[in-house]
Amino acid sequence: MKHPMIRAFINPLIGENPITLQVLGICSALAVTKTLATALIMSAAVICVLTLANGSISLIRNHMPKNVRLIIQITIISSLVIVADQMLKAYAYGMSKQLSVFVGLIVTNCIILGRAESFAMKNPVRLSVMDGLGNGLGYAWILVVVGSVREVLGTGKLLGATVLRTSADGGWFEPAALMLLPPSAFFIIGLLIWIIRSLKPAQAESEEFHAQLSIEGEDKR
Amino acid sequence: MPEVDNRQSGWWARFLAMPNDRPVKTLAVTLAVAFTGAVLVAVTAVLLRPLQIVNKELDRSLHIEDIVRALPRGGAGIVVVPRVVDLTTGDYIPGIDATRFDQRQAALNPTESVEVKSELDIANLSRRSRKAVVYVGSRDGKTELVILPVRGQGYASMLYGYLGLSEDANTVIGLSFYEHAETPGLGALIDTAQWKAQWRGKRVSDGAIVRLGVAPRRVKPDSDEAAYQVDALTGATWTGVGVNNLLHYWLGDDGFGPYLAKFRKQGG
Repeated sequence: MKHPMIRAFINPLIGENPITLQVLGICSALAVTKTLATALIMSAAVICVLTLANGSISLIRNHMPKNVRLIIQITIISSLVIVADQMLKAYAYGMSKQLSVFVGLIVTNCIILGRAESFAMKNPVRLSVMDGLGNGLGYAWILVVVGSVREVLGTGKLLGATVLRTSADGGWFEPAALMLLPPSAFFIIGLLIWIIRSLKPAQAESEEFHAQLSIEGEDKR
Repeated sequence: MPEVDNRQSGWWARFLAMPNDRPVKTLAVTLAVAFTGAVLVAVTAVLLRPLQIVNKELDRSLHIEDIVRALPRGGAGIVVVPRVVDLTTGDYIPGIDATRFDQRQAALNPTESVEVKSELDIANLSRRSRKAVVYVGSRDGKTELVILPVRGQGYASMLYGYLGLSEDANTVIGLSFYEHAETPGLGALIDTAQWKAQWRGKRVSDGAIVRLGVAPRRVKPDSDEAAYQVDALTGATWTGVGVNNLLHYWLGDDGFGPYLAKFRKQGG
């Protein structure tokens, strides 16, 4: 058995990945993955917020009043998000303009509140910080993959540098305009989930109910 | 032994030992968290404010540069000079440092601004400054461009932008919005290079009325309106209407009309 600290960090990377297994945080994964640069900045912001939120919520977990705990958690999370947003506006203005409202919407990212409720409320600070880091990185690598695929296939570029010469520039590559639209992120995430679940069949969910195929009277045959 | 412990543990330890659901503790914990959050947010906002202002200014000047670059030969050799204009008379006002003049602040100042009459206030400004800073671009002593600051209500926010006109004051060089909070993916598309590129070369008026604006549809290339109008933005009707309103206001008599008339006559 691995050390719990390492386990808290490693598990969310693939085994319990917040996007592919828990299917949380999909909204932002669609919105900010048009280019790799925005995906990277968004990932960094989420990692910071998630780690600090997990840490600070875990710190006061033993004194958290039960009936207003969600409000307190959201207060902490939103303060951290505002700080992250202000930082971006000060040090990466162009990026913050491109990400527009989506930085602010980290508050509503289910991964962060989800980890706070299910992990940080029950575990010590250091373990919670590792869990936050792990989940943040688990979210980040999916965003980076989706962002890279979308930017390369949609524009032929990666981080603004030409990878595939487009036919408009005299190359052979015909950019796929679909990749610049949000639904393409759905397809890529779907493919990733398919790959991961084929490699790790344990992740596949069992059917919750079976469709009733028999028509009345038919089973009396 | 327990007695000694009790005496040693102060109010803090007793507070921590309280059950979490007791109202006093709930209130105290909630207030403490809110206070800490507020301090954190306030301190960051105040500390980072100077940097953010620098960034905003830089971004604004990039939008001006963008319009200059749309001139022939990429705007090479163009010298841009900011100048303060009296909007009522349309004359330049000497003796005011245009780089220091804050038009937005002036619009809020009762002595520096005038109320926009409601029947004229299509762009929803309510007040506008008496003076404005325009940017005149010239090459080898010949005026080629004037950039006007424009603003108006869009769908979700006030749109702040620059409209660049060529020396005849009737041909658009570029229209660029540097500040808005329109819906991402819909109204915010006013900020994309693709949409902005359409404005270049459009005519302002047909001699009688201002016709420049956003069409309510995709513009047919061979139609009469193609010389004046750009494609609508799907799903952003009110942003397009807002852009039209602000263009009509600022190009009209209550806006830069008097100035543009003189600019056209004198060639700057």
